[in-house]
Amino acid sequence: MPRASAAALRTVPPTDADATEDRAPEPARAVVSVSDLSLTYETADGPVYALSGVDLAIAAGEFVSFIGPSGCGKTTLLRCVADLEQPTGGELWVNGVSAEAARLRRDYGFVFQAPALYPWRTIERNVALPLEIFGVPKAERRERVRRYLDLVHLGGFAKKFPWQLSGGMQSRASIARALCFDPQLLLMDEPFGALDEIVRDHLNEQLLSLWRETGKTVLFVTHSIPEAVYLSSRVVVMSPRPGRIIDVVDCSRLGRQRPLEIRESPEFLAIAHRVREGLRAGHAYDE
Amino acid sequence: MSRQVNRTIILSVATVAGGLGLSALAHSPDIAGQAGSGFWLGTLLLWLAATLAARDLAGLAAQQRKPSGLLALAVPLLVGFLLVVLWELITVGAGVPAVLMPPPSMVAARFGGALPVLAADFVQTFVKSALPGYAIGCAAGFGTAVLADRVPFLRRGLLPVANFASALPIIGIAPIMVMWFGFDWPSKAAVVAVMTFFPMLVQTGAGLAATGRIERDLMRTYAAGYLTTLVCLRLPQALPFIFTALKINATLALIGAIVAEFFGTPIVGMGFRISIEAARLSLDMVWAEIALAALAGSAFYGAIALAERAATGWHPSMRAAR
Repeated sequence: MPRASAAALRTVPPTDADATEDRAPEPARAVVSVSDLSLTYETADGPVYALSGVDLAIAAGEFVSFIGPSGCGKTTLLRCVADLEQPTGGELWVNGVSAEAARLRRDYGFVFQAPALYPWRTIERNVALPLEIFGVPKAERRERVRRYLDLVHLGGFAKKFPWQLSGGMQSRASIARALCFDPQLLLMDEPFGALDEIVRDHLNEQLLSLWRETGKTVLFVTHSIPEAVYLSSRVVVMSPRPGRIIDVVDCSRLGRQRPLEIRESPEFLAIAHRVREGLRAGHAYDE
Repeated sequence: MSRQVNRTIILSVATVAGGLGLSALAHSPDIAGQAGSGFWLGTLLLWLAATLAARDLAGLAAQQRKPSGLLALAVPLLVGFLLVVLWELITVGAGVPAVLMPPPSMVAARFGGALPVLAADFVQTFVKSALPGYAIGCAAGFGTAVLADRVPFLRRGLLPVANFASALPIIGIAPIMVMWFGFDWPSKAAVVAVMTFFPMLVQTGAGLAATGRIERDLMRTYAAGYLTTLVCLRLPQALPFIFTALKINATLALIGAIVAEFFGTPIVGMGFRISIEAARLSLDMVWAEIALAALAGSAFYGAIALAERAATGWHPSMRAAR
């Protein structure tokens, strides 16, 4: 577990610049590298194995979805990458440094299950929050906020308060907030879980085109099979107790241009079928 | 709609005119102290008219899409007017002794006649005792809450002690404060500070604990330190709680300052005046001081409520007013 002192790790030269310039899929350029990762909670009823023996390497520019039933550790894994949760065993590297060093370097943007917009700030000031904390000058702050609000089609709502917006708009604002400081790594924890199907489709399309245009690396947690297959270049299927990976399904043959209708194509259905089989196998193991 | 408006206007005007007329009538030598059934019938009719007018006004105010301040204010004004007039009619008409209950006209006359005394009392009790004590108590409570939140040892050690201190009765601490800080306003300010400290401590503590996990995680992903998290997230989240304490303390401060003056004071101050005038059976002066305290307390509370609306308009409890 690379929880060595952060000060020592900060001397490691940043590798993200050249790692993300060319979007080489070779695993040597891994943005997130996980080996034999485990996380055990000690509770009154004995230990709970949230993660166990997880191995994974994610290259720059990949869109990787994590799917599985509740309690399979997919959110825990994402939170480990974000250094919001401490693994109890194994190794985890983010952009070549420890998760903590990556967090302190502000390497990633995190989108939570809820929009988590601060109700006392207008939409534009919510989006500007990370920029204010990072000490970005005011003029550049204003310019970036405008650009990213336009990107998520919220240009006209800058002066509104979060509670004056619909759920879908709040989700988009929280994505703009995660993007506005231009992190190369985007961690998304069921960002659209609370939204209805139509809004969700729409946001999925927008997210996909955003990924295509910016070439960011995205880790995306979901419990919807169509959403996972539609968005991802790879789908990681997980099973609960202990949380582990049971299958990694490659979706890159669907191409990078994906209209919503692709979800009715035979290739798509075949991939979705394989994901479903994997989920079912995980459940059978449990019982 | 317009018929209803007409009826409301007629009823309101009738209430005000009738109230003023009956009050004037009550003071005539034939009626004062020996009012007949006709006078009491008139009083009942006035009551009825005022009730109907208030009901209509409330209905009109509810119909309005955007509530205007004037109409919303009209109902409590009318009800207040009715209460004062009834008080006047009953005390004068039935000849209630002024020692038991002076009529409002007598209190108002005394209020107008004793303005310099009331002004001096107000400055002594409100400006010199209540306000500084309030500021000190609230600031200390806030600072202690932030410290206790930061230092676990303080949270465990200090909060029970503060809790204990808050349970001390004011009549117990007021004489002690006079011993410590002398007869003049500093001892009163100290009593007020002790009284206002605890509500602010508890409310700020609750407010600082009110942030959700996701909101805190968000600050962590930005690698934000303690101070940044405090300023950008936890204090704004705690603001509605802090304003609750400020409002509770606004009324507590005045009560504390007045009561503290019962335990030794120079010969000025609202509490001093109330205690000696009551002893001299001049209850009209006591009531004049009570009216002054009510006015000052309401204005203080109102000012804080306005500031609260401006500062925490985002909070669900305030959104309707936006």
